[in-house]
Amino acid sequence: MIHRYDVIVVGAGGAGLMAALYASRGARTAVISKLYPTRSHTGAAQGGIGAALGNMEEDHPEWHVFDTIKGSDYLADQDAVKILCEEAVGMVYELEHMGLPFDRTPDGRIAQRPFGGHTNNATQQPVRRACHAADRTGHMILQTVYQQCIKNNVAFFDEYQVIDLLVNDAGQVAGVTALHIDSGELYTFHAKATIFATGGFGRIWKITSNAYALTGDGVAAAYRRGIPLEDMEFYQFHPTGILGLGILLTEGVRGEGGVLINGEGERFMPRYAPTVKDLASRDVVSRSIYLEVRAGRGIGGKDYVYLDVRTDTVNKYFAQDDVKNPDGSPRRITAQDIRRKLPDISDFCKTYLQLDPVRSPLPIQPTAHYAMGGIPTNNNAEVIIDAANTVMPGFYAAGECACVSVHGANRLGTNSLVDILVFGRRAGQNAAAYAGRADWPALPAAPQEPARAALEAIRSGNGREVVAQIRTDLRALMMDNVGVFRTADMLNEALDKLRDLKDRFSRISIMDKGKRWNTELLEAWELGCMLDLAEATAVAALTRTESRGAHFREDFPERDDANWLKHSLVYLESDGQIRMDTRPVVLGLYEPARRVY
Amino acid sequence: MKVKVKVRRFNPEKDRRPYWREYKLEVQPTDRVLDLLVQIKGYQDGTLTFRRSCAHGICGSDAMVINGRNRLACKELVKDVGRTIVIEPLRGLPVIKDLAVDMAPFFRKYRSILPFLINDEQPPYSERLQSPAARERFDDTTKCILCAACTTSCPSFWANDSYVGPAAIVQAHRFIFDDRDQGAQARLAILAEADGVWRCRTIYNCVEACPRDIDITTAIGEVKKAMLVE
Repeated sequence: MIHRYDVIVVGAGGAGLMAALYASRGARTAVISKLYPTRSHTGAAQGGIGAALGNMEEDHPEWHVFDTIKGSDYLADQDAVKILCEEAVGMVYELEHMGLPFDRTPDGRIAQRPFGGHTNNATQQPVRRACHAADRTGHMILQTVYQQCIKNNVAFFDEYQVIDLLVNDAGQVAGVTALHIDSGELYTFHAKATIFATGGFGRIWKITSNAYALTGDGVAAAYRRGIPLEDMEFYQFHPTGILGLGILLTEGVRGEGGVLINGEGERFMPRYAPTVKDLASRDVVSRSIYLEVRAGRGIGGKDYVYLDVRTDTVNKYFAQDDVKNPDGSPRRITAQDIRRKLPDISDFCKTYLQLDPVRSPLPIQPTAHYAMGGIPTNNNAEVIIDAANTVMPGFYAAGECACVSVHGANRLGTNSLVDILVFGRRAGQNAAAYAGRADWPALPAAPQEPARAALEAIRSGNGREVVAQIRTDLRALMMDNVGVFRTADMLNEALDKLRDLKDRFSRISIMDKGKRWNTELLEAWELGCMLDLAEATAVAALTRTESRGAHFREDFPERDDANWLKHSLVYLESDGQIRMDTRPVVLGLYEPARRVY
Repeated sequence: MKVKVKVRRFNPEKDRRPYWREYKLEVQPTDRVLDLLVQIKGYQDGTLTFRRSCAHGICGSDAMVINGRNRLACKELVKDVGRTIVIEPLRGLPVIKDLAVDMAPFFRKYRSILPFLINDEQPPYSERLQSPAARERFDDTTKCILCAACTTSCPSFWANDSYVGPAAIVQAHRFIFDDRDQGAQARLAILAEADGVWRCRTIYNCVEACPRDIDITTAIGEVKKAMLVE
């Protein structure tokens, strides 16, 4: 069965919906998503969207640009960052015009809070740049953009799992093959332009903030079709996940004054980041937590620390640091402020920890959170396939699955929400324009055959290996060997074990042989994607013999601009071999400098 | 601790009617009910079918009936539900397979109340101003995650599935009481029809079911009141 649309968008989070909203204004557009759109993981974003509105205090897009580049450890492409930060301001206004219920200042403007790595460039102090709707900003963005898609009659194919990217003999992308989860039937979606907005792949790590859905299917589908993946070694661990569960506690908790406390009762971040302390960028804070734990200063000597947002603690450090309100008065908080500004966080802590954050410190540990790397694109969200920036005709990507690169080696908090909307919009606009001038790309011969064969191999497998066990082993391996601290030995061991896991994966069997709603089949297929991306990540991490941003090699602890101020590209060759290449970083605004917070 | 999980099963390709299947497993008191389902699916019975995604109460995928109450499986902990856990699909929506129900009728109701800001005035370049009090007016109903726990707990909805249901009214409330919106009259007209708000009999099941603690009956009451004032 075939559907034809000028533009198809795969994924219905913020990037996909924004792309669809804009594409639908100029082209016949459909969104394909394995979830109902409102289930997408954009909805889990909490603290805010960064934009230099300057509503609370002086701020400038140029400061946002500098902070993002510094946060990226100078690996971000600076022209892309400029677009991100300049378009952020208009994007936040556009969201407000769409109806997004931002919190407000007393004079009715959009309220903003401090976030890690966002600073007043003159004073180096944290700046209020994160525009927020309580601690459910992502939920509001997802809802609002979905509402606009409904208003504009965007077509949705909900609960369709994309299995394969269709590339024809001319090297054009011609659409996708997707499994209709309800019927179990395969559909060909033939399109002039295909936009991937499929999100990340945090599920390959044991402790993660990511939803079950985030198995990297879109990224893997592109990789398997010979498209390289960029900067896969850079994966962000968010400092404050709930112990054991990985559920995110927003950086907004620290934005509101919360601090990290070790087993000796010490606020330790000033030792690592003397100026912005607990609001250093995420890579720095996560490493600091690990170093405290390693030095035996975890809580009770264990592998976690406390996030403390009790009012006595917060007000003590506000007084010590002489923190001021916008009007110059000393900043203080009450328990009521915390409950009002962080209601969902309070709810998570009560539900999962049986703790009230205004009464008890919260046990936290770093949690796998965000892929800086992904499908390489240029600033028009067109997918590029080599160091010469060759465009893959008809293929676009935006959001976490893509690598523009605006985040470089480490993303600043709030910038993913900017990224999905700014580059989602660009993907939609450019895909629609392309569809307007391009002819229909030919479909490859027997377009559904590879997807059908892949699923059939799983369905008919009769080995003894268990999908859930391989998945558990994979996630533990990635956490232990390809986490915050890495060495060549750890990574080589990971690659050996990954080969073993892949071998076991070839010998799985599943119980559900049916067609309708066969989620066991889909979970097995997703595990294949996870294994491929884990391997790409480990190979890229082994290749980069330096430490930069989120990628920390204990055997190469320094940043090495002479050799490594460049993006990596990892290719899966048709013979199954993995090949690495690089492409240059776009500089032009700020020369790389030592990074101190 | 050891628990028994009884799940109401139905496979449309095999079964003529639903049946119960019981699983025994060893779990932690702080495990989520969702963790139990994931464990069963992974290691005991791969055919067990349910939706899930975020696993912390934000995405709205895993609403189901747990020990008789509509709950998100990811927000219920074993220690709060006991050693025998009975799980059924949401009531009032067609069962597709096991715990997965057909959500299409639910989302049609959502779409019917014009769930988007209506305001044709040219906005300023920057944000429209809105006072904190005006923003607070509709805060509660912005929390809705469209999980359908409320609508499928409502006896009025069970009795008549053409009733628009509490979730759609919550969504309408979110716009009707937003002072930037100008579509209140259109929404109130839709909700004044026979299948609109007046089918609500103030039974409060929805409030008890809501995983986001939205005061749904109050919101519905405010919509009714707005209709009378119009």
